[in-house]
Amino acid sequence: MATTNAGRLARRLAVDKTIKLVSTLLATIALVLLAMILWALFFNGVRALGPHVFLNDTFGRPNGLANAIVGSLIQVGFATVIALPVGVLAGTLLADLGKSSKLGETVRFVNDVLLSAPSILIGLFVYTLIVLPMGRFSGWAGVAALAIVMLPVIVRSTEDMLRLVPVQLREAAYALGASRWTVTRSVLWRAARAGILTGLLLAIARAAGETAPLLFTAFGNPQTSFDLNQPMATLPVQIFNLTLSADADSIALAWAGALIITVGVLALNITSRLLISLGQRK
Amino acid sequence: MNAMTSDSAALINKQRTESSIEGVRSRASIKNLDFFYGDNQALYDINLEVLDKRVTAMIGPSGCGKSTLLRILNRMFELYPGQRAKGQILLDGEDIIDAKTPAAATRAKVGMVFQKPTPFPMTIYDNIAFGVGLHEKLSKADLDQRVEWALRKAAIWEEAKDRLKTSALGLSGGQQQRLCIARTIAVKPEVILLDEPTSALDPISTSRIEELIDELKSEFTIMIVTHNMQQAARCSDVTAFFLLGKLMESGPTNDIFMSPKRQETIDYVTGRFG
Repeated sequence: MATTNAGRLARRLAVDKTIKLVSTLLATIALVLLAMILWALFFNGVRALGPHVFLNDTFGRPNGLANAIVGSLIQVGFATVIALPVGVLAGTLLADLGKSSKLGETVRFVNDVLLSAPSILIGLFVYTLIVLPMGRFSGWAGVAALAIVMLPVIVRSTEDMLRLVPVQLREAAYALGASRWTVTRSVLWRAARAGILTGLLLAIARAAGETAPLLFTAFGNPQTSFDLNQPMATLPVQIFNLTLSADADSIALAWAGALIITVGVLALNITSRLLISLGQRK
Repeated sequence: MNAMTSDSAALINKQRTESSIEGVRSRASIKNLDFFYGDNQALYDINLEVLDKRVTAMIGPSGCGKSTLLRILNRMFELYPGQRAKGQILLDGEDIIDAKTPAAATRAKVGMVFQKPTPFPMTIYDNIAFGVGLHEKLSKADLDQRVEWALRKAAIWEEAKDRLKTSALGLSGGQQQRLCIARTIAVKPEVILLDEPTSALDPISTSRIEELIDELKSEFTIMIVTHNMQQAARCSDVTAFFLLGKLMESGPTNDIFMSPKRQETIDYVTGRFG
């Protein structure tokens, strides 16, 4: 009896050790690959960086990315202004309706479909809806496409974060005689604000890195433009175009652009982590 | 048949303020109250007079309907579709659960404190001001005064006065619960409902809350749900015993614990089931 138990224990420990070893190995492979990508990005990107990248347009001497950086900031900015209120309100409604409501279930399902839809489809949708009637590519079309990319992320994260607010907190606010809107605004949003903000930052990060939905909406523009009625450049599309060209300078510039996006998105992610830990501490 | 044991005698002796209920007027009347969770009936024909400025304790095993009754009194149940009440609860002659009475009006008169402390994620000051602002427009000075009054009443002023502008989430559990009581008092309700207010607290915090209940009854009518029979014996003037959705017996706390009339009450207060 004692020996069989000892034998079983030895076998369990051996299995445990093997699984640990295999998972460590696989994790290392994944991390090494990531490190290699980041290294290549950093190595190639930094070499191409210089003031001209931020100051010159596509056909400047030397070539720069100013038009794309400005375009990305403007379009992502406007997309945020549109997607944030709609997304937060929709997420709030879903959290309020709860799991059992038919309407809630339907909207949640549609939102999940949108969340996982290939982003090129969103580009086609906006192309049909805005570009064709307008007769030209435009910054507004790019804004619309990016807002649609961001929307489901914000809806989902807002709903999830609001669901984490304890029911008792909600009831306590109602128990004082507060209206539904006051409870939502003063208590629920406040309790979930760090999480909602994190969701927003993730949505912005996603929009900032999208190429496909912009290809035939914002299209691109070799010059810095502030007119949203005209075609407008964005970093991802510009990188895409640069990589299609054959000369070494363009490829180098594409690396620089990729580095700028990566650093920007990384900064957003770090900010959101900080916000979460800040929210938990309080 | 004598239900008194040496234990329960000791408990009664420890009771803090013996308030006579002789000739005390009824503040709220619960009349023929039925309650349903969907198709399941949870309360059957409850009739209870809640005495003015006294503590009424509601005891009974889990699922007996005592918390349900509290949640009807300030209409918490209306937040959940499928839950409905039938009957009347009269407060100052007005039916507070009638659909024509706005829920916010009922909740201003009948405040509720929950099992777990529920401070809002805002400053201590704003926690108190939140409820007041829903029902009254006060000047800054009046509001300051009201906040201090409520915090003093809830015996947390000394601990909170130097940190009014800091987050309420930094308070300890017991302090948070007293803050929640202060928040409820600040609205100046007539009736305060306490739903197992000490079950998440340590013994010292519990005893502070119990002392507080004793002081508050000079101004408010209090109803408390508790699983702890010693607590019911210590804090209350009237005790109502519930079983399977029915009010089995109610009366002066002394009588319920020392000479209950029904066999079920005897079994419960002597710990034979529950």
